[in-house]
Amino acid sequence: MTDAPQGTTALPIQIRDLTKRYGSVHALNSVDLDVHSGEFLTLLGPSGSGKTTLLMAIAGFSRPDSGSIRFGEDEVILTPPHKREVGMVFQSYALFPHMNVADNIGFPLKLRGISGAERAARVEEALETVQLSGFGARNIDQLSGGQRQRVALARAFVFGPRILLMDEPLSALDKKLRERMQIELKHLHRKLGVTTVYVTHDQREALTMSDRVAVINDGELIQLDTPEVIYNSPANAFVADFIGESTMLPLTRDDAGALLFRGQVVGDAGTDQGRDWTLVMRPERLFFADAGAETDDQTIVLTGVLREAVFQGESEMALVAIDDDTEVAVRFGTSGRASASGSNAGDQVSIGLDRNDVIIIPDGQAV
Amino acid sequence: MNWWSRPAADTQITHGNRLWLYVLSAIIMLLLVAPTLIVVPMSFSDSQYLEFPPSTWSLRWYEEYLGSAKWMRATATSFQVGFLTMLVATPLGVMAAYALFVSRHRATRAIFLLLITPMIVPVILIAIGTFYAYGRVGMNNTIAGLVLAHSALALPIAIIVVTAGLSSYDLSQEQVARSLGATRTKAFFLITLPQIRFSVITAALLSFLTSFDEVIIAIFVSGGANATLTKHMFAALRDYIDPTIAAISTIMVILSSALLLLTQFLGSKGKRN
Ligand SMILES: Nc1ncnc2c1ncn2[C@@H]1O[C@H](COP(=O)(O)OP(=O)(O)OP(=O)(O)O)[C@@H](O)[C@H]1O
Ligand SMILES: [Mg+2]
Repeated sequence: MTDAPQGTTALPIQIRDLTKRYGSVHALNSVDLDVHSGEFLTLLGPSGSGKTTLLMAIAGFSRPDSGSIRFGEDEVILTPPHKREVGMVFQSYALFPHMNVADNIGFPLKLRGISGAERAARVEEALETVQLSGFGARNIDQLSGGQRQRVALARAFVFGPRILLMDEPLSALDKKLRERMQIELKHLHRKLGVTTVYVTHDQREALTMSDRVAVINDGELIQLDTPEVIYNSPANAFVADFIGESTMLPLTRDDAGALLFRGQVVGDAGTDQGRDWTLVMRPERLFFADAGAETDDQTIVLTGVLREAVFQGESEMALVAIDDDTEVAVRFGTSGRASASGSNAGDQVSIGLDRNDVIIIPDGQAV
Repeated sequence: MNWWSRPAADTQITHGNRLWLYVLSAIIMLLLVAPTLIVVPMSFSDSQYLEFPPSTWSLRWYEEYLGSAKWMRATATSFQVGFLTMLVATPLGVMAAYALFVSRHRATRAIFLLLITPMIVPVILIAIGTFYAYGRVGMNNTIAGLVLAHSALALPIAIIVVTAGLSSYDLSQEQVARSLGATRTKAFFLITLPQIRFSVITAALLSFLTSFDEVIIAIFVSGGANATLTKHMFAALRDYIDPTIAAISTIMVILSSALLLLTQFLGSKGKRN
């Protein structure tokens, strides 16, 4: 955070017991969520999980059945959207086609009675921030998708909102542009320092951009933590499966509390008794071990038959059958050094996993 | 390659193959407009009677029309009623179409059908019903009564036109406007209305025309000093036939066609935006 935040001070959001039902569907089921002042928090979940519903409740467009939303000290659950001082960016951008770029961005300023030179100056400043200087007089239909995205963004922060909400703002862009905009959005967030709630169903995007990620499923908050923790210590099978790629294998627990995978100790359940435990293996954390390697203090070694190896550009994916109905995915780089060690489909191979990379989740059912 | 053997569309079909279609279409269009156009030459006749083709030409029936206090008064009434109908039906139509567009209520479909029933029910039934209802409350032969009845006819048209205009509109624009600080009303007037303005103007013009051209309800519920042009024309046709009717018809055809062309023009302009 090198640049000093401009605009008004950011506000924390405190959500308590928020519930919203559509008929029998619980779009939100008793959600508690704290968004820290100035942080970039992403709501991540599959389609229909309730992300938009939650965002719309924060913006004031959908009225929850019960619960509380506070911006700082203020309860806003009954505050209409236009009084919430929340900047919003939609997936469709929702630019006003009957106004040019400058009028679009100037719209919130006009509503606040800011006119003439000051409005023009602030619009220009916002345009500069999103790297669109000189585009003010353009019509909306003369802009590319990425430029529209920036205009929508400028319009959402130009009036100095205390909170910025974005609902899948990059999903209409192609992959290259999307990745560039992810970085730019992150920079912009640092510069503005505004509390930001971002919605996506793209886990990679969530991990790239966020200070913290809130994983949502079926209207419930499943896990809220930093991208590293979400990825390395998923709270349950749903998170492990949804974030990143993974192979999940059931574990057994011996009387001493050690967790075993095919007789090899992979972890410790402590005194926790009555649960199922699952081993999660990320394909990129697995590697091909030398033939004859054995499990030791550092590495767990599994043997199996190479089913197939698929070239995917920057990496190669191998499927290894460790028994008749269990396949483990192994991903490795395609540099000259690494390869499927010259193995062919049908060959016997050994795969290794560093003990530090072992992920064990409780109550997991392989999904 | 001559015109005959050139393809008429992105297919193998040539203009030559399609000749029968062109001829058929021309005949149908001719049949549609010929009865209307036949009054035009008749209106320039010098004869006492409706005559086609006229043996001698003059503008006397136009002079007759423009010089008659009775016809002028009826014309003023028609314009007044048309204009007021436009003022009543257009805002109501916009509001109804907008509400039906925004609402997710289960009953919207049923409400829409209810609102457009005046278009489906035979006008004569509406006329008779209105006549008896107005008889109870003393609204026959009043401007207000006629405007209300015509508004009921114009409303479905206004609703359909504005609904079509809204169909491609992205409501999230209004949500954005509200998050940016606009009240719902402001968001509608600053963001939505400007974008559907061509539909709204079209709805207004068609509402005016609906009333201006309307004869059946006018025959029943307008009269005396507040009789419309169409009612007088109908009475004139029944009682004595003279070419003044042809002159008035010609003027009405020109006015109506001009307004319709205007709506077409606005429609294409609206689509481009
Ligand atoms: N207006 C509505 N009427 C009825 N059900 C709704 C409505 N809006 C949302 N839902 C339901 O609520 C649930 C959550 O929807 P929501 O739009 O919040 O999902 P989402 O996480 O944003 O999904 P997506 O990634 O597809 O945008 C879904 O089951 C959806 O069908
Ligand atoms: Mg959504």
